[in-house]
Amino acid sequence: MGSEYWLYLSMILFTVGSLVVLLRRNAIIVFMGVELMLNAANLAFVALARQNGSLDGQVVALFVMLVAAAEVVIGLAIIMAIYRTRRSASVDDANLLKY
Amino acid sequence: MGSGEAWLFWILAPLMTVAALGLLVVRKAVHAALSMAVVMVALGGVYVVLGAPFLGVVQVFVYTGAVMMLFLFVLMLIGVDASDSLVETIRGQRLAAVLAGLGFAVLLVAVASRVALGEPAGLAGANAEYGGNITGLAALIFSRFFWAFELTGALLVTAALGAMVLAHRERLGPRPTQRSISEARLREGKRITPLPNPGVYARHNSVDTPALLPDGTPSELSVSRVLTARGQARSNSDLVDDVPEIVREIDPGHRGTGGRD
Repeated sequence: MGSEYWLYLSMILFTVGSLVVLLRRNAIIVFMGVELMLNAANLAFVALARQNGSLDGQVVALFVMLVAAAEVVIGLAIIMAIYRTRRSASVDDANLLKY
Repeated sequence: MGSGEAWLFWILAPLMTVAALGLLVVRKAVHAALSMAVVMVALGGVYVVLGAPFLGVVQVFVYTGAVMMLFLFVLMLIGVDASDSLVETIRGQRLAAVLAGLGFAVLLVAVASRVALGEPAGLAGANAEYGGNITGLAALIFSRFFWAFELTGALLVTAALGAMVLAHRERLGPRPTQRSISEARLREGKRITPLPNPGVYARHNSVDTPALLPDGTPSELSVSRVLTARGQARSNSDLVDDVPEIVREIDPGHRGTGGRD
């Protein structure tokens, strides 16, 4: 049993995250799918850092966490701003740019 | 990889997969947030096992502690009942998305299965260079990755400012005063007084108990609309049902059915 198992787990999580983004309609759940994909990438970074015997992967994972935190703050603020004007958190209802 | 790690993998990996799938299938956003929290806490444990104790702690603090709480706050602000619409706005989108996701997974696994990784090198050497995992990370962050570190700092400050700008609401009209609110209420002519209190009885005084009007009927206004909508408000007949019990307590030999008091 080596790092491959963790990599496979990371792939499963990433795929599920992308499916969540594609299939769900609630903007907050879509956002959680994005977070899941970031976490899956982090898992791959950490597993490969140990595989290569170098701390670089862990530092990159730390930076991914920082960027994800910033992204969550802005994304949730945007969702709230949209909700305030359109009274809906569904990604289908934000359709003013359609056509 | 020791057998302890294998044990952890076979326990945590199915758990995380199921929780991640829960994100895909549950109806309520709160449940999705909870399963997301499960995935994140489990990932924190995985990081510790993979030789990244600092990242494991940060994962629990930042993701489970801060990010998920932020998610829950926003969920509460915009309403827990904001559930998904099941209408397919683009025809065939769902099937296409599932196919694309599965194809993506097959692609990833096919690529990964052709790579021979061999035994992990382990982090003992990398950690020993600066005397530990955390000091090693710090040395890297403040030397080679210093520029990236500064940039993420700027990014976080910008994000905080951006969130404040986005969450700020410009007040368009004057702030309503107590006088203007009461005048508006009088002008509408709907209800001027406060709503009645819930009923207070010898055995029941909670908020789900309606007060009785002079003619004996329960007052709907005295119970929160939310409780009534959920069916959690106590009905009038519940109060009457207590009467035989009360009679029995007062007089154990009494065999009557009891009446309204």
